[in-house]
Amino acid sequence: MYTEESAPRTLAEKVWNDHVVVRGENGEPDLIYIDLHLLHEVTSPQAFDGLRAAGRGLRRLDQTIATEDHNTPTLDIDRPIADPTSRTQIQALRTNAAEFGVRLHSLGDAEQGIVHVVGPQLGLTMPGITVVCGDSHTSTHGAFGAIGLGIGTSEVEHVMATQTLPLKPFKTMAINVDGILRPGVTAKDIILAVIAKIGTGGGQGYILEYRGSAIRALSMEGRMTICNMSIEAGARAGMVAPDETTFAYVKDKPHAPRGADWDEAVAYWRTLPTDDGARFDREITINADELEPFVTWGTNPGQGIALSENVPDPDDFADENDRAAARRALEYMDLTPGTPMKDIPVDAVFMGSCTNSRIEDLRAFASIIKGKTKAESVRVMVVPGSAKVRLQAEAEGIDKIVEDFGAEWRFAGCSMCLGMNPDQLAPGERCASTSNRNFEGRQGKGGRTHLVSPLVAAATAIRGRLSSLSDVAEEVMA
Amino acid sequence: MEKFTTVTGVGVPLKRSNVDTDQIIPAVYLKRITKTGFDDALFAAWRKDPDFVLNDPLYKSGTILVAGPDFGTGSSREHAVWALRDYGFKVVISPRFADIFAGNSGKQGLVAAKVPEPNVERLWELMDASPGLELTVSLEDCTIVAGGETFAFDIDEYTRWRLREGLDDISLTLRNEDAITQFEARRAGWLPKTLPIASTVAE
Repeated sequence: MYTEESAPRTLAEKVWNDHVVVRGENGEPDLIYIDLHLLHEVTSPQAFDGLRAAGRGLRRLDQTIATEDHNTPTLDIDRPIADPTSRTQIQALRTNAAEFGVRLHSLGDAEQGIVHVVGPQLGLTMPGITVVCGDSHTSTHGAFGAIGLGIGTSEVEHVMATQTLPLKPFKTMAINVDGILRPGVTAKDIILAVIAKIGTGGGQGYILEYRGSAIRALSMEGRMTICNMSIEAGARAGMVAPDETTFAYVKDKPHAPRGADWDEAVAYWRTLPTDDGARFDREITINADELEPFVTWGTNPGQGIALSENVPDPDDFADENDRAAARRALEYMDLTPGTPMKDIPVDAVFMGSCTNSRIEDLRAFASIIKGKTKAESVRVMVVPGSAKVRLQAEAEGIDKIVEDFGAEWRFAGCSMCLGMNPDQLAPGERCASTSNRNFEGRQGKGGRTHLVSPLVAAATAIRGRLSSLSDVAEEVMA
Repeated sequence: MEKFTTVTGVGVPLKRSNVDTDQIIPAVYLKRITKTGFDDALFAAWRKDPDFVLNDPLYKSGTILVAGPDFGTGSSREHAVWALRDYGFKVVISPRFADIFAGNSGKQGLVAAKVPEPNVERLWELMDASPGLELTVSLEDCTIVAGGETFAFDIDEYTRWRLREGLDDISLTLRNEDAITQFEARRAGWLPKTLPIASTVAE
C-alpha cells in the first residue's frame, strides 16, 4: 500500500499514508496515528488496569470518548442494573472514566447509545480520519471515508498510552456495486450478498472499498450498514469515498468543524476519493439490479441466500469444509434442505444493533408496520441505537406506531444482538434479526438467528414467518 | 510477556471451520473485569457436549490446538485469546486466521501458526492415528514436528520477533515518542476533538 503520491492511489492508501508517524522498515509495521478512540465497558477495564499498573495515563483525552452499550438494560433504565456482573462492569467504566478523566455518556444520558451510533451522531466520525474501538464493528465508521478498525484490549491500552498503533499495511479490495436496487432491497441485502459471495474469510488482510452507482445512491445510514458488516467478510475495515451525501450528514453535527475549519476540512475530504487508474489488489462486482432481499440460513454470516430460495442441501457444496459446516449449521438451525425460506416461522423479531438501529432504519421499519398488527405468535422488539435516535423517533411518532403494532419500544443499547443484557432468545427460539451475527448462541443460548434487513424484519413480524415486502403488499392487494 | 522459543505438548484436533470468537468464549463471560481466570469459559457451550474433544481425557491437557480454516472470526474480544491462554494453549494451528484474532494472539504470547489446509488435514490424520500425540512447535525455524513428520508454518515476521523476544508493544512504541509529538504538531485544526464537550441541545 505504498503508491507514490504522484501515482493514482486508492482512498485507503491516502488515509493510511496521511497517518504514518514512523514508516516501518524490514517487515516492521507502520506506526499509525489514531485520531479518535471510542471506548465501551466490555473491552476497556483490563486496558485501564494495564495503564494503572504501568503508571501511565491517556495521551489524548481530547480524542477519546466512552459510552455504555453492551450490558445496558433496555427496560427500567432508571433502576439499578439487576445482573451484578453487568452492574460491576458498568461501574468499572464509570470509576475508570472518572479517575482518568475520560468523557463518558452513561445510561440515562441523552448521548448514550451504541458506540458506533454515538460517534457519527456527535459529528466526531468524519472523512479521512483513523478511528479505533475495542469492538469489531468499528468498521461502521468507514462509511465516512475513514479507516475504522476494531481492536483487542491490548491495543486499546496501547492507543490510550500512545495514541498510535503499530499496523501492517493492508491490501485493498474494490467491491463494485452498480445498478439500481429494486423496491424492498436495501443496503443490508447488498452486504449479505457480498459476504455470501466472498465468504467469511474472503476479506482477510484487506480494506474493502465499496464503490459504484448503487453505493453512491445510498444514504449515510445505508453506507454504515454496509461498512459495519465488512468484518463479517473477514476484512479489517470497509470504506466508502466521501461525497456530498457525507458532507451534508456531517455538517452542523455538534463536533463537526465550523467556519474556516469546515471549508479546510471539506477541501481536504474532496481529495480523498480513489484516483482514476488506481490499482486494487482484488476487485469483485455485484449487480445491484438483480439483488433480492437476502437472509441467512446457517450459523455464519456467509451462509446466506435470496429470501425467495430454498434451504440449501449440504451435499450441493463443492468444498468438504463447506459441506461439513452446512450440515452442522442446518442441524443447529433445525432446518431441512429444500424448505422454502419463506415457509420458516419465527418466534421473535429483533429490530436494532449497530448494523440497523439508526433513525432511517426505524423509519423504514415503521413505514411497513404502520396501522398493522404483528403476528400473534411473534415477539417483536425495537431497540433504537442511541438515546438520541429514540428521542427523534418519538418526535416522529414512531414509538406509537411500534406500540400500536404490538411490539416493544425499548431504550438504546446493543441489546439482543449479543444478549449481554437480559434481552435474549430462549433455547430453540428462532429470530429474524437486523443485527450482524448469526453465530450459534449469539442471541441467547440455543437461539437461532436469521439475519435480515429492517424491511424483511417488518414483513416477517406482520406474517410470522420469513417474508419480504412484496409478500405483505400481495396480502394487501388480495 | 514470556519469551517463546519451542513448545512440546499434546495436539488437540478441532475439526471445524469458522470457529468464531463467540464459540471460543460466549458473551456472558465478557462481563468480567479481570484479565485472567478465563479457562472455564473456553468453548463453554461446546464443552457441555460430552463428546467434545476437550472432554476426552487424552486431550484435556492439550497445549496445541489444530483447527480448520477461518479460526477466530467475528468479535474482536481479546478474551478469546485469554481463554485459550488460561486453559493452557500455547499454539493454535489453522489454515486461516481472522486478522484481529491473529493480532490479539501476538500481544498475549499465543502463537497463531498458519499451515496450508492439506497439512492441517495430515496433522489431524497423525493425531487420529495416535490420539494424544505430542507435537513440537518451534518459533526458531517455524516448524511443527508431529510423528516424525515436519511441517512449516507461517507467521508474520514482526510478530515472530516480538514473541521470541517477549517484547511489550507499548514500550516499543514509546521509543518513538518524539515522532508522535512532532506528528501531533502537524495535525489539522478541524480534526475531531471530544473535549470540550460541544453543546448538543441546540441542534
